[in-house]
Amino acid sequence: MGNTSSMLTQYDIEEVQQHCNNAFSQQEIVSLYERFCQLDRNGGGFVSGEEFLSVPEFAVNPLSQRLLTMLDGLNFKEFVAFLSAFSPRATVQQKIEFIFKVYDSDGNGKVTFNDMLDVLHDLTGQFISEQQREQVLTKVLEEAGYTKESLLVMSDFVKILGSSGLKMEVEVPVD
Amino acid sequence: MNSSEGKLKSSSSELDLDRPNIEDYLPSGSSIQEPHGKLRLRDLLDISPALTEAAGAIVDDSFTRCFKSNPPEPWNWNVYLFPLWCCGVVFRYLILFPMRALVLTIGWIIFLSCFIPVHFLLKGNDNLRKKMERALVELICSFFVASWTGVVKYHGPRPSMRPKQVFVANHTSMIDFIILEQMTAFAVIMQKHPGWVGLLQSTILESVGCIWFNRSEAKDREIVTRKLREHSQGADNNPLLIFPEGTCVNNQYSVMFKKGAFELGCTVCPIAIKYNKIFVDAFWNSRKQSFTMHLLQLMTSWAVVCDVWYLEPQNLRPGETPIEFAER
Repeated sequence: MGNTSSMLTQYDIEEVQQHCNNAFSQQEIVSLYERFCQLDRNGGGFVSGEEFLSVPEFAVNPLSQRLLTMLDGLNFKEFVAFLSAFSPRATVQQKIEFIFKVYDSDGNGKVTFNDMLDVLHDLTGQFISEQQREQVLTKVLEEAGYTKESLLVMSDFVKILGSSGLKMEVEVPVD
Repeated sequence: MNSSEGKLKSSSSELDLDRPNIEDYLPSGSSIQEPHGKLRLRDLLDISPALTEAAGAIVDDSFTRCFKSNPPEPWNWNVYLFPLWCCGVVFRYLILFPMRALVLTIGWIIFLSCFIPVHFLLKGNDNLRKKMERALVELICSFFVASWTGVVKYHGPRPSMRPKQVFVANHTSMIDFIILEQMTAFAVIMQKHPGWVGLLQSTILESVGCIWFNRSEAKDREIVTRKLREHSQGADNNPLLIFPEGTCVNNQYSVMFKKGAFELGCTVCPIAIKYNKIFVDAFWNSRKQSFTMHLLQLMTSWAVVCDVWYLEPQNLRPGETPIEFAER
């Protein structure tokens, strides 16, 4: 699928479905395509950061900036792949991978102390001070057997988050 | 180590649910206590609620939903119905449309021939001029409505001319204004449009005292607020009509009214306009169609049927802020 045409062929749908590992049904992909076109107002084939921010419920989300760096410039196929972690058919592994990618801002496969601190800051910024955040994070890391200098990789995340149920699902409206 | 901030102020925002319980965990005093909360690394790292909300907003959000124009379901797909529909099209375009265009032109001729003299000749006598212009504007609006074969039912008492009164209405299309104007001449606050509509706006509607704004200019808002205030204080100005939603809504949901209308400290009289969807879809998706196209489309449809309800006037309750008032 090179550029966005207004009609989605069956072939396109199947290609997208394959790309996201069957995370969405064909109907859901059609709905997502409508949504994508709705968001992509200038018709450039991708949704820009500003277009995402024009959705008020997205703009007020504390993690919006982080997600924007991951979302900017995605074409439809990649957009669906991005959202596939939120499908009810996605495995826990895929969801944890997504969370890992949100933390790992430079994409080198390692999450540092500062990465975790940044995300905590996004979520709790105005409630506690930087110093208190650092204290809490250090303490909790130490309890879990890591240190301030340790670099967490994907398998660590799986160990930490994998045990109890991870609820991360979104329903695609199909009319 | 700051020992003074042992107790954090808690906020009632939604973020509380996503935030891990860090308060239990913070050191009070100069030494780190043993945590009595069950905060683990898992809880700190689990950002799934915030992510789910963000993804939910990406996939669907209630704000955008208000602006979707429902695709019209064609009922002419059947072999039997199709020729009937064709006849309907022929009738609409070839018979109704010219008739309506004729009606409209006649209306305009009458209007202009009365308006221009009145405007120039009676410059001195303001009061009489205003009255005549008001009547004329009402007339031309009736012509407009007739040109679409508009069937409008009015419910409720007609608005009277009192100072410190503001009318608010929901807004589906530019024609809302025309329909309302037909009954009583209002002054409206509207966005400036390009093209011949803009010309119309600056000349004729000036006579009823309308206020313009440009959505793109930020400073404009203050100027407009001031003008609004002046206007509503004036005793013999036309009653002011505001569409608080700020833009056209597709007549199904009701976008929360912007609070500006309610800050003026006047009595607010709500008006509800509801269109009958069977006859025509009056929603004007201003991003998709220009006004002229929209007018033409209306003129080639069967009819515009709508109901207008004038509702009870509401006042600011003591102690209520304008924002709360708007939410009512």
